[in-house]
Amino acid sequence: MYTLSNRLRLFSIILMVVGLVGLIIGFIDRPGSIEEVKERMAAHDAHGGGHGESEPETYSGNTVHAEHDLDKDSHSGDAHYEHILHQLQNKPWASLYVAAFFFFMIALGVLAFYAIQFAAQAGWSPVLFRVMEAITAYLVPGGIILFVILALSGFHVNHLFIWADPEIVAHDKLIQGKSSWLNGTGFIIRAAIFLSGWLLYRHFAVKYSRKQDEEPEGNKWYKKSFKISAGFLVFFIYTESMMSWDWIMSFDPHWFSTLFGWYVFASLFVSGITTIALITIYLKSKGYLEFVNDSHIHDLAKFMFGISIFWTYLWFSQFMLIWYSNIPEEVTYFITRIEDYKLPFFGMLVMNFIFPLLVLMNSDFKRVNWFVVMAGIVILCGHYIDVFNMVMPATVGESWFIGISEISAVLLFLGLFLFVVFRALTKAPLLAKGNPYLEESKHFHY
Amino acid sequence: MASKVIHALYTDDDVLMDAVKKVRSEHYHIEEVFCPFPVHGLDKAMGIPHTRLAITSFMYGCVGLTVAILMMNYIMIEDWPQDIGGKPSFSYIENMPAFVPIMFELTVFFAAHLMVITFYMRSRLWPFKKAENPDVRTTDDHFLMEVDAGNHDVEKLTSFLGNTGAVEIKVIDKQEDNH
Repeated sequence: MYTLSNRLRLFSIILMVVGLVGLIIGFIDRPGSIEEVKERMAAHDAHGGGHGESEPETYSGNTVHAEHDLDKDSHSGDAHYEHILHQLQNKPWASLYVAAFFFFMIALGVLAFYAIQFAAQAGWSPVLFRVMEAITAYLVPGGIILFVILALSGFHVNHLFIWADPEIVAHDKLIQGKSSWLNGTGFIIRAAIFLSGWLLYRHFAVKYSRKQDEEPEGNKWYKKSFKISAGFLVFFIYTESMMSWDWIMSFDPHWFSTLFGWYVFASLFVSGITTIALITIYLKSKGYLEFVNDSHIHDLAKFMFGISIFWTYLWFSQFMLIWYSNIPEEVTYFITRIEDYKLPFFGMLVMNFIFPLLVLMNSDFKRVNWFVVMAGIVILCGHYIDVFNMVMPATVGESWFIGISEISAVLLFLGLFLFVVFRALTKAPLLAKGNPYLEESKHFHY
Repeated sequence: MASKVIHALYTDDDVLMDAVKKVRSEHYHIEEVFCPFPVHGLDKAMGIPHTRLAITSFMYGCVGLTVAILMMNYIMIEDWPQDIGGKPSFSYIENMPAFVPIMFELTVFFAAHLMVITFYMRSRLWPFKKAENPDVRTTDDHFLMEVDAGNHDVEKLTSFLGNTGAVEIKVIDKQEDNH
């Protein structure tokens, strides 16, 4: 049995408290009026390029852009400042959303991976099942928090989704045409269906896994796990796709991409697998999971490598077609990102593709734990930035920077994630001893 | 110079694996093992160094990538620039996304084909090559372990091999020219 050390508990609670405080500061610190925005921008200009939190490159880009807009808008007065005001008011909400979604998607990716292990009757992985089950425990609190944020956004308490703003919809033919799908009520009902379906599977999968330990004779519970896993995967791939339209793609309601669901899936899948590897290596370093050998880590690292390339393949498939056809309604999506988000946009490609490609290519490196950890941390950061790039351009536009609210939101959810996951690990023995493939898994070697 | 080798035949890959481990632990030298199918872990058990084929594959991939870049640069940019979809090709880097599929394909093409050719050459396989396996049954259901008799006592060695589960043991005088 795993016991949660006091240090880890304290660490995660400190993360949560620090994150919460920082996030509250981020919310309080929002500019309340146009005058305040003007003051701040004047202060920015006086400081030159030296704002501690902002990226120097984009900062200079922003001011040029802002001045340019100013000249253009000189006759209409404060319109530009009002725009910036809305963006800055959105910023803490958007950073909260990005972090909440990112950690939720890790748990969701692990859930899908877990279901695939059952549906494929994989023989190598049962020794890792308890780690996976523990990570999916985060779906419950993470899902509830995300649902609350979605409900607030869907009913326009904040300004994250512009389709939720009746004033904007009134002047927007395209959103009007989509309003039978994109409306607060439907949005919340769908979110409830997705979340309850996933949580239901999670509940029963874990329950059957524990029951199988108690009475392994005849593999009755294992067979049930197999059935619900296969069913869940069908449900999942439809709902995941719709979830990605609702929760991510609808930030840009004029834009659409038909492979977006797969793209988000690749992102959450690789993040989930990476997290399994990281937590497994951590537990091993603490002397637990003695039955997990190098070959299991090797296989996880192979998945990290492979799915990173799969992610890149989807990213590129999406990008190249839109870039090549150059249709205004489609290509604006990437133009915004390349103009205003150059560093995170291309930085993400380096972190999610080139780095894992080169680091994890060699077979021997996949068995070196610190190599896997290093690659894993970079992949996770890269996929955080991926979500950031999907959400931020439509919500805060060119007023983005990685500031106090972004970092605090990540700390808050990281703390919650660690707390929930490691507490869930203490709930059951770390070895799923009733699994029929356990012996094969223990002797798995590459 | 003639040398003595012993051919021990086995009918099961698990027995073979155990035999290989035993023979090696007694410090006899295994020249080669002939199998009807690849036996997982046999290379490790025989103490054969890790293959360097992967490294050559990486290098071939790099060659393929370079060839693709140079080729596309020459064809699409230097030799005959065209305006495709409002994207005049005057610069490789600006038109790069359109070339990525070719860069990828040629990387894979070079890596795969040259690696296979390297593998054939390294295994000394070429058209009309005479088969090297000493017993045709190794293409069907028998495994053959070739142990170097060297200066060992042949009697002792054969009885030892018999104890490892060999179904047939032959002492062969071998001409030292075919390697």
